[in-house]
Amino acid sequence: MDIGTVRGIITAILLVSFLGLVWWAYSKRRKPDFDEAANLPFADEDERQNRDTRASNEADSRQNKGDRNA
Amino acid sequence: MSTALEHPTYNYKVVRQFAIMTVVWGIVGMLLGVIIAAQLVWPQLNLDLPWTSFGRLRPLHTNAVIFAFGGSALFATSYYVVQRTCQTRLFSDKLAAFTFWGWQAVILAAVITLPLGYTEIKEYAELEWPIDILIAVVWVSYAIVFLMTIKQRRTSHIYVANWFYAAFILTVAVLHIVNSAAIPVTAMFSVSIYSGAIDAMTQWWYGHNAVGFFLTAGFLGMMYYFVPKQAERPVYSYRLSIVHFWALIMVYMWAGPHHLHYTALPDWAQSLGMIMSIILLAPSWGGMINGMMTLSGAWHKLRTDPTLRFLVVALSFYGMSTFEGPMMAVKTVNALSHYTDWTIGHVHAGALGWVAMITIGSMYHLIPRLFGRTEMFSVKLIAVHFWLATIGTVLYIAAMWVNGILQGLMWRAINPDGTLMYTFIEAVEASAPGYLVRLVGGVFWVTGMLIMAYNVFMTVKRSEAARQPIPQTA
Repeated sequence: MDIGTVRGIITAILLVSFLGLVWWAYSKRRKPDFDEAANLPFADEDERQNRDTRASNEADSRQNKGDRNA
Repeated sequence: MSTALEHPTYNYKVVRQFAIMTVVWGIVGMLLGVIIAAQLVWPQLNLDLPWTSFGRLRPLHTNAVIFAFGGSALFATSYYVVQRTCQTRLFSDKLAAFTFWGWQAVILAAVITLPLGYTEIKEYAELEWPIDILIAVVWVSYAIVFLMTIKQRRTSHIYVANWFYAAFILTVAVLHIVNSAAIPVTAMFSVSIYSGAIDAMTQWWYGHNAVGFFLTAGFLGMMYYFVPKQAERPVYSYRLSIVHFWALIMVYMWAGPHHLHYTALPDWAQSLGMIMSIILLAPSWGGMINGMMTLSGAWHKLRTDPTLRFLVVALSFYGMSTFEGPMMAVKTVNALSHYTDWTIGHVHAGALGWVAMITIGSMYHLIPRLFGRTEMFSVKLIAVHFWLATIGTVLYIAAMWVNGILQGLMWRAINPDGTLMYTFIEAVEASAPGYLVRLVGGVFWVTGMLIMAYNVFMTVKRSEAARQPIPQTA
C-alpha cells in the first residue's frame, strides 16, 4: 500500500470519528448528563446565594453528585 | 497570609500566589513591551548597551508576557477551576508549591539570561538548555498535579474547562520537549538536533501550537469556567463545547506551516498548512459563539458589570483574530502581510484582546474570592481599566494594520524597468507615525495594569484587615 492510500485512509477514519462524535454529542440520550455537567461550576456550595434563579434551579435539581455511573 | 483565609477543602494558597504573580508579571512584561515600542520610535533608547538592545529585550518581552503573565494566569485558574469543578483538593500541596517556585525560577532565569544574550534563537523557545530542563521538570509536575486531581474528583463528570486545561498541559509538554531537543556544547550553549527545513518546520509546529494550546486551549478553559460563573448561568451549549474541543485540538496541530510560506519548506506542506488554517475558523468560531451565547438573556449585566465586559470583549477579539489568522494564512494574503507589522498587530489582537482581557476578567472574578470577598475593592476602577485596555488594544492593532499594509505595498512596488520603487529605509521612515500610536496604545495598557495592581492590593489589604473566614461548608 503506498503512502497516499495510507494518508487517505487516515483522513477517512478521522472524518468518520469526528462525525461519530458529533452524532454522539447531539444524541438525545446524552442531554441529562450534559445538563448536569454544564452546572458543575455552580455545584460547589461556597456561593449559593450569588446565583440567579435559572442557574440555581438547575443546580439544585442535581441531588447526587458522585454515584450516577456507579 | 492569615489562616482565616484557608478554605476547608481547597488549596487556595498556590492559587493566590500565582494570581498575584499574574498581576506582577503582567506589569513587567507589558512595561518591557512599551520600552521596546519606544525604541522603535526613538532608537537611542537602547542606550547603546548590548543588554538593553531591541534584539535582547524583545524575547524578554515575549517570554514575560506569554510564559510569566499568561503562564501564571493559567496555573492560577487551572488549579482553582479543577478543584472547584472536581470538588476535591489539589493532588499534592508540596508538588503544587514546587510548580509555583519552579516556574518563578524559570522566569527569573529568563530575566537574567536573555539580556546577557544567551539564546537558542528559536522564537518563543529562546531559553538555553539548562532552563529548558527545568521547564520540562516543572511542567511534568504540573501535569501530575492537574491530572491526579481530576482522577480523585468527587463528581462523575469532568467539566469541559478541565478538558481544555488538560489538553493544554499535555500538548505543551510534548511541544516543549520535542522542539527543545538539543545537543549541549557548553553550560550555556547548545545546538538543535534538527537542521535545515526540518528545524524550521519543527520550530513552527512548536510555535503555532504554542499559540494554539498555550494561548488558546488554556485560555478557553478559563473562558468555559469564568464566563458562565460571572454571567451566572451555565454555558450555552455543552454539546457544542465537546464538538468544539475535539475539532480544535484535531485541527490546530496542522496549521504551523503557514509561518513558512514561500520558504524552503516543500510546497505541499505550505498548502496543507494554509488549508488547515482556514478550516480552523470553524472550531474557533464555534467556541466563540458558545461563549457569547452564554450571555443570552443576561446581556443587561454588561451595563453594570465591568468584569463581564472584560470577558465578553475578550471573546469578540478572539472571534476577530481567529478570522484574521486564517485570512493571513492564505498564501496570496501572506505574500503581502508576512514580515510586516501586520503580523505584530495580529499577534497583539490575540495577545492583548483575547489572552490578556480574558485573564484580567477572570482575575477580577477570582482574586476577591481567594481573599474571602465577593467583589474587588473598587468596581469603578475595573471599569476604568476596561476602557484603558480596550482603547489601548484598538490603537495598537489599528496602527499595526496601517503600518503592515503600508510596508507590504512599499516593499513590493516596482518601477516599469523592474527595479524596486522604495529602499527599505523609506518603508521604515514611513512607519514612524504608526510606531508612535502603538506606543500610546501600550502606555494605555500599562496604566490599566497599574490600576489593577492598586485595586488588587487594596482588595487583599482590606480582606486581611477584616479577617472574615469563608463560611464553613462540608
